[in-house]
Amino acid sequence: MSIVNEKDINEQIAWAKINADVLRSMANPRRAYWISVAMCLAMIACAVTAEVYQYTEGMGYANLNNPHMWDMYIATFVFWIGMSHSGTLLSAILHIIHADWRKPIYRFAEAMTTFSLMTAGFFPIIHLGRMWNMYWVLPYVSDRGHWPNFRSPLVWDAFAISTYLSASMLFLFVGMIPDLAICRDNAKGWQKKLYSVLSLGWTGTDRQWRNFRKTYMLMACFLIPLAVSVHSIVSSDFAMSIMPGWHVTTFPPYFVAGALYSGCAAIITLFVLLRYYFRFEEYMTKAIMEKTCKLTFAIAMVWTYLNLVEFASVWYGHDIYSKELLIAKAVGPYAWVFWSMIFCGSVLPFTLAFQSLRRNMPVMFVVSLFLNVGMFFERWMIVAPTLSMSHNPHQWDIMWGSIIEWAIVFGSFGWFGLLFLVFVKVFPSVSMYEVKEMVYHRRRHVVNDEAAEKFHRRASDSKTGTDEPGLEGA
Amino acid sequence: MSLENVLNNWSKYRRGAEEGGHHDYEHKWAMMINLDLCIGCNACSTACYAENNLAVVGKDRFEKGQAMHWLRIERYWDQAEQEFPEQGASFLPMMCQQCNSATCEPVCPVAATYHTPDGLNAQVYNRCIGSRYCSNNCPFRVRYFNFYSYYESSWPEPLNMQLNPDLTVRDKGVMEKCTFCVQRIRVAKDKAKMENRKVGDEDFKPACVQSCPTSAMVFGDYLDEGSQVRKLWDKYQVKMGPAKQDKQEPDMRGYRVFEGLNTDPSVLYLERVREKV
Repeated sequence: MSIVNEKDINEQIAWAKINADVLRSMANPRRAYWISVAMCLAMIACAVTAEVYQYTEGMGYANLNNPHMWDMYIATFVFWIGMSHSGTLLSAILHIIHADWRKPIYRFAEAMTTFSLMTAGFFPIIHLGRMWNMYWVLPYVSDRGHWPNFRSPLVWDAFAISTYLSASMLFLFVGMIPDLAICRDNAKGWQKKLYSVLSLGWTGTDRQWRNFRKTYMLMACFLIPLAVSVHSIVSSDFAMSIMPGWHVTTFPPYFVAGALYSGCAAIITLFVLLRYYFRFEEYMTKAIMEKTCKLTFAIAMVWTYLNLVEFASVWYGHDIYSKELLIAKAVGPYAWVFWSMIFCGSVLPFTLAFQSLRRNMPVMFVVSLFLNVGMFFERWMIVAPTLSMSHNPHQWDIMWGSIIEWAIVFGSFGWFGLLFLVFVKVFPSVSMYEVKEMVYHRRRHVVNDEAAEKFHRRASDSKTGTDEPGLEGA
Repeated sequence: MSLENVLNNWSKYRRGAEEGGHHDYEHKWAMMINLDLCIGCNACSTACYAENNLAVVGKDRFEKGQAMHWLRIERYWDQAEQEFPEQGASFLPMMCQQCNSATCEPVCPVAATYHTPDGLNAQVYNRCIGSRYCSNNCPFRVRYFNFYSYYESSWPEPLNMQLNPDLTVRDKGVMEKCTFCVQRIRVAKDKAKMENRKVGDEDFKPACVQSCPTSAMVFGDYLDEGSQVRKLWDKYQVKMGPAKQDKQEPDMRGYRVFEGLNTDPSVLYLERVREKV
């Protein structure tokens, strides 16, 4: 019973301690932090080497060939775009529905959104044959009167991603202003200058707080439809084509569900890591982990359902190409990827249904990594089998990525990791002012509850109480 | 595509292929391939390599599926369970079908592939950025991407002297495909214009048609009622445009590949006739 009633956060925690703990995280992380940074740099070096080679020699070294024109680069692109969705879920959706357990963990989730978008953005560029002309997809004013083709989903992608990236960066920044002011007040040297500029003269007056609240709420409302639309548009890269396995009506919701799923799994991974790196045990509590896990479980089931819908509609449909492809997915050369996807995506999340496992940080770390492996497989299963087995049987071909392709995909994780690690070191990764708010509200609730209990007891004792329940402790 | 143009011609652009489409074609180049006459000799493919400066990629890259053959002979076995040579080889020359509702065109982010007033599906190499979406959305898989730079490896000196000067050599990173030998069409049209007459069947042939030893391929202007290709399309009761063909005799051999996908291809194939065993 004690576990059930466990609090999301200890409401007796002092405000000054919150500041001190978070600011400490920006000063002295564990050594594991620095090892991770070095690893990320090494991974980036791999990717840069591979990309330089591919850039000078040609795309053929990625093992791309005639039916397999996209493959892993686009699969990885979809994967990273997907990762970006849970930040918005936690910071915007849970914000407007007043789920206050999000408060200690939304900041890093929002950072994750921004950085995974910055990683995803590389892939459409890397996969271009002539990437030095990539700006042609943007509607800049050309003296030759050239415009991009507005009918192409790739152009919609360019718009959707750049809008989402700029909006989520702004949202991350605006949400951080009161915390940056705290940093400014405690920093010295170059950091003081940096935070002074970034905190935009925040002094915490009543008017500033009012404006801040309004702005933040407005941006949250703006970001939610954007998050839904961006992955729907990414799904139209596939759904707008006529290829079997891509031309699927349920793709937009399927992609959004998959995106939220992989994003939530990534939040669990980073939750465990940050908790360890920065000794955030008091803020990233097991109770919050449980809530995150439950959310992930729910989304996993939505994703599973949408998967079944897709299979059923293909199975009972009349499109022979799609049906053959579905069978080939399950029994063909990509079958092990398919079944690993089903296992990691639909079976493994049942570990999240057990309380003892949910509360076990190392187990959750491993499970969340495997959930994301499953989601990576899902993206691969969307892109590759269709290319390998489209309408024309003469052009059927099985292809696996080359070392070049793998190095770039591998390096993208390093790039994301580096951005993230630098962020959590330079900026407060736990929102100080929102945790204080949470603590304040919780404390009020506790005091009120105790007062009410006292009142009832006294009422039953038929004595009149004189002492008012106080809020002095808050 | 200015906004003014779109607003003024809105109803025209909304017209589907069944109602004649929105193109005002000058010509509509079309082909007919009689599979009964095709012996699978690959002369057409070889001619295409010579005419269109196609890169020879070498054995390894060919096996990797990175060949650049704009026109390929697809071989199928009619009776795969039999031993060679009793399997019954069928050949099907496959090149860009120059679809009237081409699926590759709307997906290109930079509009590098578009429809010409000749009814051709053109590829602008200079505009292509190599997103390869067009190829992914082509059910025939007849678009070829320059995965490498071939200039030095494919035509080492003095082989570069045999390159056709009428068209470019494409560098790495761009998509290319069959053009129905657009350079020959250009020359023929210019010549006809100077002589103040219409382009006729005898003016030119694409390299593949020219080289076919059994005359299995016929090429011409579909809009020209007197052209050989138009007569053949009419004879086999296949019309360009409508999604559903109104054939008086269902046994007619004429068909277009993946007609059900409604891309409205410009190449008519005549089914191979087999003796019933």
